[in-house]
Amino acid sequence: MSPGQYLRCMVGIFKREWLRFVHQRERFFGALVRPLVWLFIFAAGFRSVLGVSIIPPYETYILYEEYIVPGLAAMVLLFSGMQGSLSMVYDREMGSMRLLMVSPFPRWYLLVCKLTAGTLVAVLQVYLFLAIAWFWDIRPPSWGYLLVFPALLLSGLMLGALGLLLSSLIRQLENFAGVMNFVIFPMFFASSALYPLWRIRDSSVPLYQICLYNPFTSAVELIRFALYGQVDPTALAWVVGTLAVFLGAAIYGYDPARELMRRK
Amino acid sequence: MSPLPETDPTPALEIQGIAFSYASRAVLQDVSIRVPVGAFCVLLGVNGAGKTTLFSLLTRLFLCRQGSIRILGRNLNSDGRRALAELGVVFQQPTLDLDLSVRQNLRYFCVLQGLDPALAQTRIEQALREIGLIDRGGDKVRQLSGGQRRRLELARALLHQPRLLLADEPTVGLDIHSRQAILQQVRAECHQRGIGVLWATHLVDEVQPDDEVVVLHEGRVLMQGTAQAMMHSTSTETVGDAFNRLTRGEPA
Repeated sequence: MSPGQYLRCMVGIFKREWLRFVHQRERFFGALVRPLVWLFIFAAGFRSVLGVSIIPPYETYILYEEYIVPGLAAMVLLFSGMQGSLSMVYDREMGSMRLLMVSPFPRWYLLVCKLTAGTLVAVLQVYLFLAIAWFWDIRPPSWGYLLVFPALLLSGLMLGALGLLLSSLIRQLENFAGVMNFVIFPMFFASSALYPLWRIRDSSVPLYQICLYNPFTSAVELIRFALYGQVDPTALAWVVGTLAVFLGAAIYGYDPARELMRRK
Repeated sequence: MSPLPETDPTPALEIQGIAFSYASRAVLQDVSIRVPVGAFCVLLGVNGAGKTTLFSLLTRLFLCRQGSIRILGRNLNSDGRRALAELGVVFQQPTLDLDLSVRQNLRYFCVLQGLDPALAQTRIEQALREIGLIDRGGDKVRQLSGGQRRRLELARALLHQPRLLLADEPTVGLDIHSRQAILQQVRAECHQRGIGVLWATHLVDEVQPDDEVVVLHEGRVLMQGTAQAMMHSTSTETVGDAFNRLTRGEPA
């Protein structure tokens, strides 16, 4: 296989993901409703209850709505990653995953292409969410929209890789409800998406430690800092590190020698 | 079953003594099969005989730990990617994307096989003409009938011109006319292009007297030979009777 063939394969997988997205517009808008409900209703209701002090990267007091926007952007990526996981399990049960697996390209390459394609679609959803938030008067610096792209891409890849790993472990579609309960909700709530971590530390130090090491917290902080033109090196390192671990484990999970695809 | 004698230097498919288990349950035991180039070989077995597991091993969805599988002489374990490039597969479950158009599905397959876009386009148009779907290329697959979808899957599996075609019960659930059309299409490909075909089915009426037949039962190969030889060895007059006699252990 030549580099041109690898490139065409990648573009082909991207194109398919794009076409699926175009054909499933309901899914796209459905994914937007979730963060918008949090932004328009939850944040408005809790504005006066949950005050936010001046913490980096913010240089002044901010409204609660502004604080939770990076967390909600990461939420879009988290749900997209888990949705990708669900569709992988579904594809595997329905058979279309097999088509990918019998391609002569290396399996790791096909999985990375599929993961990246799904992440790019999710990043597009985040940008649409940020555009709507802009009309809601949540307006980070204009260069922040550009700088946040690599942060969104890395975070999306990390959360997508987690979804990929889960899809290699989940044998049946019916088990997916457990993922919602045991992965998505704990990851989201035990993070800095909705409240600064110092507030959690005031309540419980062990919980604070859990939140601190939650990769979703790092994704949120990476996005938050990037949106304001800054880099949080700790969050960056943690996101890159967990991305490598999740992706490596997912590729291992899809190796035929591991036989995790067995369903009987 | 003992290893098969070396008669064809490079058969399309050569399986030697493979075994496979789900946990402690043995599903395949000492299975050896040879499919020569240009042969239409029917893998005959009732539901649960181990056909789909065998196909999962042949397509590298599962790893073959015991025995060996060679596709056009290439070992599937040590030279897997090159072996897969010689392989066309029609899975038991449909693998078309229903929301994409007929052409989009075919193009997607071509990029997964690394085909040049211009060549892919030529072959796609040719394949659509051959299966009578040239006017439906822009339609979503969802709009096709079951038989048309299966024929499309078959045509897709041959786009990269593999030299071995694996088809896992591709006619199940189709009406008699669709089944005949699909079988005719595959037999024509087999004879005209000289590809080896391993056709798994439990429908004995799909077997013709000259076909090579492998009877798989409870994970073991009971016999391999032509359908005529099978009838002769079991003293029966139909493939169905011969199959029943073999799988039910009735004396000849």
